[in-house]
Amino acid sequence: MSVTQELVAPPAPSGWRRALGKARSNPTTAVGVVICVIIMLAAVLAPWLAPYDPAEQDIFNRLQPPSADFLLGTDQFGRDILSRLMWGGQISLTVSLGAIFAAAIIGGAIGLVSGYIGGRFDLLVMQVMDVLLSFPSLILGLIVVALLGPELINLVVAIALTAIAPFARVARAPTLALKERAFVEAGRALGFSHTRVLFRHILPNILSEVMVMGTLWLATAVRVEASLSFIGLGVKPPTATWGGMTRDGFENILDAPWLAVFPGIAILFLVLGLNMVGDGLRDATDPKLRNE
Amino acid sequence: MIGFVLRRLLAAVPTLIAVLTLVFIIVRIVPGDPALVILGDQATPEAIAALHVRLGLDRSLWAQYFSFISSALMGDFGVSMVTGRSITAEVAAVLPHTIDLTLASMVFGVAVGVPVGIWAALNRNGVVDVAARVLSLLGLSFPVFVSGIFLLLAFSLHWRWFPVIGASDLSDYGDRLHKLVLPTVALGLIMAAYITRVTRSAMLQSLGEDYIRTARAKGVPWRRVVWVHGLRNASIPIVTVVGLYVGILLGNSVLTEIVFNRPGLGKIIVGALNQRDYTMLQGLMVIYCFLIVVVNLITDLLYGVIDPRVKAE
Repeated sequence: MSVTQELVAPPAPSGWRRALGKARSNPTTAVGVVICVIIMLAAVLAPWLAPYDPAEQDIFNRLQPPSADFLLGTDQFGRDILSRLMWGGQISLTVSLGAIFAAAIIGGAIGLVSGYIGGRFDLLVMQVMDVLLSFPSLILGLIVVALLGPELINLVVAIALTAIAPFARVARAPTLALKERAFVEAGRALGFSHTRVLFRHILPNILSEVMVMGTLWLATAVRVEASLSFIGLGVKPPTATWGGMTRDGFENILDAPWLAVFPGIAILFLVLGLNMVGDGLRDATDPKLRNE
Repeated sequence: MIGFVLRRLLAAVPTLIAVLTLVFIIVRIVPGDPALVILGDQATPEAIAALHVRLGLDRSLWAQYFSFISSALMGDFGVSMVTGRSITAEVAAVLPHTIDLTLASMVFGVAVGVPVGIWAALNRNGVVDVAARVLSLLGLSFPVFVSGIFLLLAFSLHWRWFPVIGASDLSDYGDRLHKLVLPTVALGLIMAAYITRVTRSAMLQSLGEDYIRTARAKGVPWRRVVWVHGLRNASIPIVTVVGLYVGILLGNSVLTEIVFNRPGLGKIIVGALNQRDYTMLQGLMVIYCFLIVVVNLITDLLYGVIDPRVKAE
């Protein structure tokens, strides 16, 4: 390793690795990971594992209770609930992962640049973020989807929009502290451009916080997507979505209560699993708790 | 104190104007002509032009912007594109239902979350603490419509303790409370879970401070040390979370109102979405934000009441 590299390199990311190790030994995180992996596998492998075609209607088997033929019963069109749940998981996961990925990149970049530049610019940007935060996220998502139309990509945009401001805040705070550190000054003294210092030296140091935040917000994103679908603003039928299935079940709640219960449980488990993983990661990366 | 309140009130005005501007922009960048949406594809150009005049869309953007901001600050959000009735009046008619629900859920969240959080903090890593942690994680993973449907299935359809229909007569307080129980629990569950966690960690921190040891050394009874010395110092983060989550409660009240078939802002917003009532949506967004700005203001004022050091700054 050359002298310059040694001088300029940020502290080794051992904190992040140690956090991962610690999170692995935490039973909550382990259970959360298992729940998430099972749901993801069921969704991804739906084309091969699902017992029926999710859109296939069978009028002779309408509103069947759970049985050996239909493990979780059928809906008002005779479609198999289990198959629809597996396919619906794809929508939930695609929308939430897409939205959080976009929000983390856009919000993270805003926070990073705003914190690094500082001064009036920073003040203005954070003011705009505060205004974004003063909208209830579900209402903002609702209106954006309603205006743009209920397409998959618009759901991603709407949910990402509600999550940008929190990511900007999380990226900004450590940037403010890091830019005063010796390795940043050294990098600048060596003639590195601002862009290089920002992305090669500051970014790696805030990545773990952004990623922990991402896991926790993923849980929120799943919940918001399901809520929008429940309201009727999700991906359009006949595509199966968990929120939409819960709504269908709710309309038939007197005849077939299981219709609303199974998709509801699916949403609950995915959100719970993600919260458990996010919680474990946060506890493991929180410096205040690290020494316990 | 009055100076403090006035300063905070003045500080809220720029935020409100910024919110109004953002709402104005969001509604304007939507593709498509609202007049065309209302009248349909078959509309004649004359009819569209006439509707533009009626909606004020023929004026310049600046003129529209200033008249929107000035009338909104006076509490006038115009008329609904669909019904032609005043938005302020339509909202005022159902607002009590939404406020009932939001306030009741907030009280439920605090009444459950604070004692459980303190209990968990006092039994750190004990059975109660672990149970509180697991249950609060479960509670905050429940989407409101899922907890609502589960409660409805159990307590309205299976045991028949509570009515299925949530619309109540505002003047009959007993009826109003009875119909509020299930929606409140459904909506307040997440709040209770969050408050439990925040109270637990804030209490753990405050109970480790020197003044707690001093109080105990002086011989102050333990109960008083916990509830007065400990809780008062832990209450800033708790108040912060309550304030932040009122926004989430307001958003989630839309779902609660659908599940329990209650009148309220949520019902109006869903109706406006289905009918593409842009002026109504615009007005509702402002009203939601206004409610949140007011809550933030109250939170700020409470900081001053709880901690005299805040007011002095």
